Amino acid sequence: MSEKARSPRFHYDQNLAARTKTGQVWKVVFLGSTIIGILALSTLLLNILNSAFGFVAYQGKILPSTLAIEGVPLEQQTRDQLLTLLQTNLSNGAYNKLNNEKAFEDRSRADLHALVLERIVRYKVVESWSLWDSLTNKSEIKSLVASEFPDAELKFKSWLTLDFLASQQSSEAVTAGIRTAILGTLWTILITILFAFPVGVGAAIYLEEYARDNWFNRLVRTNINNLAGVPSIIYGILGLAIFVRALQKLTSGEMLGMVDPTSSTGRTIFSAGLTLGLLILPIIIINSQESIRAVPQALRKAGFGLGATKFQTIWAHVLPNALPGILTGTILAVSRAIGETAPLVVVGASTAISFDPGIFSRFTTLPIQIYQWTARPQDEWRHLAAAAIVALLAMMLSMNAAAILLRNRFARKY
Amino acid sequence: MVETQNGMEERTMYPTKVTGLKNRRRLGETLIQSLLFLAGFFSIFTTIAIIYELGKEAWLFFSLPEVNLWQFLTGTSWQPHINEFGVLPLVSATLVTTFIAMLIAIPLGLTTAVYLSEYATTRARNTIKPVLEILAGIPTIVYGYFALTFITPFLRSVFGSDVVEIYNTASAGLVMGILILPLIASISEDALNAVPRSLREAAYGLGATKLEVAIKTVIPAALSGIAAAIILGISRAIGETMIVAVAAGAGPNFTLNPFKGAETMTGHIVRISGGDLSYDSIDYNSIFAIGLLLFSFTLVLNIVSQGIVRRFREVYE
Repeated sequence: MSEKARSPRFHYDQNLAARTKTGQVWKVVFLGSTIIGILALSTLLLNILNSAFGFVAYQGKILPSTLAIEGVPLEQQTRDQLLTLLQTNLSNGAYNKLNNEKAFEDRSRADLHALVLERIVRYKVVESWSLWDSLTNKSEIKSLVASEFPDAELKFKSWLTLDFLASQQSSEAVTAGIRTAILGTLWTILITILFAFPVGVGAAIYLEEYARDNWFNRLVRTNINNLAGVPSIIYGILGLAIFVRALQKLTSGEMLGMVDPTSSTGRTIFSAGLTLGLLILPIIIINSQESIRAVPQALRKAGFGLGATKFQTIWAHVLPNALPGILTGTILAVSRAIGETAPLVVVGASTAISFDPGIFSRFTTLPIQIYQWTARPQDEWRHLAAAAIVALLAMMLSMNAAAILLRNRFARKY
Repeated sequence: MVETQNGMEERTMYPTKVTGLKNRRRLGETLIQSLLFLAGFFSIFTTIAIIYELGKEAWLFFSLPEVNLWQFLTGTSWQPHINEFGVLPLVSATLVTTFIAMLIAIPLGLTTAVYLSEYATTRARNTIKPVLEILAGIPTIVYGYFALTFITPFLRSVFGSDVVEIYNTASAGLVMGILILPLIASISEDALNAVPRSLREAAYGLGATKLEVAIKTVIPAALSGIAAAIILGISRAIGETMIVAVAAGAGPNFTLNPFKGAETMTGHIVRISGGDLSYDSIDYNSIFAIGLLLFSFTLVLNIVSQGIVRRFREVYE
């Protein structure tokens, strides 16, 4: 070994190059894994959009062309002609049932047309393709449909339409919609907020403004942190035992004399809302505590100095200043509740209901609907699930945006 | 005359009246304070209710003649219709999905945290962090959909559809890893950020490269926070429900093979309770017993995580 190689200076130089190189390699690794995380998010969203649009081949049980009357095709028939079609093609029982739901005289032409399509033509999805396939293999799809399903109509379809948002759950993928699920979600969330917001903010005020530092209040604090870590399905089990079963008299509406004809058990929207309320209570408490703590002590002292009582000070000074933070935290907690599925399955969300829900009725919600549709093996339901996911994410995104706006609009700096 | 005398009297009474004000009983204030106390107490009540209900129904379950506690904890077959109640198949599936999830979430989460805290410019961090938070806010049922319609077909095309079943724990575990990644990244990043700048400057002063500062100085100083983040992630993975309910399979299966379908504890609870479960049936009681086990797992992990933070936190002035 030469004299030079043994010198510490030589080692240092050799070493430094290697160390810098390792540093650069790892920098790429760090950046790479961050990008992988973001790619995962993009893939997730693209995968959903990919399923929410695409070609669909429909086939009616009866060809619509056979329903032409005196050469007038179905699309151009008058209201009366459509009515006659319904009368002649439906059984008396089915016709009367429809009439009882809503008298035929009151139905518009578009309504009748939809009814003819739904009850007589009865379109079914025979095959469906994803957006990617539809864009890249258009000609192949067309020739495939022409050779395999000569009677089918091929259409490029957005599974997410206004009709989809507005129509009831149905056993046919073509006509199924998420109206029931959206209403169920809204009702459930209303109950959740009415229950969790006052209790959560109240608890936060108690812990921040009144509680002394003794063992009991420390226990309450630790306990809230632990509750925030309990898996959501445990809250579902709790809701099943307490709200659905033990408080059945209350949650079925029996105590208030408001039993819904569709449900006589405690498996109602009321139970679901309370269960989700318990679930997000710790989050609301923790967030509210933080914003109450951020209100400067000087404001309280000024209130007391003017002779206000403790609660007057809290009500007039602390709360208004903490409110933006509290509301932001609550909105974020509620948007978590909107996406919760597992506890509601356990509490007893129904699968097939096709009426507008009320507080004491059986219920389904958007995530439950998505779960049901995802679990079915046929492709068309997967498309519907993707469309429902888009609706759900849009709902949550707008809530989060509201939270951010609220924070920016009312944020105060001291 | 009398009036002025009264006025004089009041003025002399003034100081004592102030102390009177302070000690006066205010019914409204007391009432409000009690109400607020009740709201605060509600969380304790929730915990008691969870433990009481899980304990009561689990007790009913174990006192059934068909069930015994030892077989529940050590049995390798869960077949309620032939009265076999061994919880191990459910636990093993939970462990497999959790393990796979952690295999994804820990390395990716930690490296992302190091990148965000040590390397990223402020602007990059301000864009990437919200994106990761969005990732964390997407409902888990959406992740389940992703697992079943994207990851599973992908795995089947890579490893062959005769090897990978349609429902398998690998797919559920991978997606769960993506779900938990932002959680671990975000909490670890907070911990790394809390390490004071002076420590980094000192290391640079001694001639350390950026990587050496990160690995040898910052990470050891933030280790308690990172450990807490990992444990929270594990606890989250054990309790995660919808991904496994959709993608992992619907039937207890005692296997460690990630390409086979198997039902986790949470997945089983969801499947059994979907539909109208009748009270006091053996199925109804069994979900409470499984729930109690699940609750104990996550509670222990959460307490350990809080304990680590409290005990090993490096305090800098």
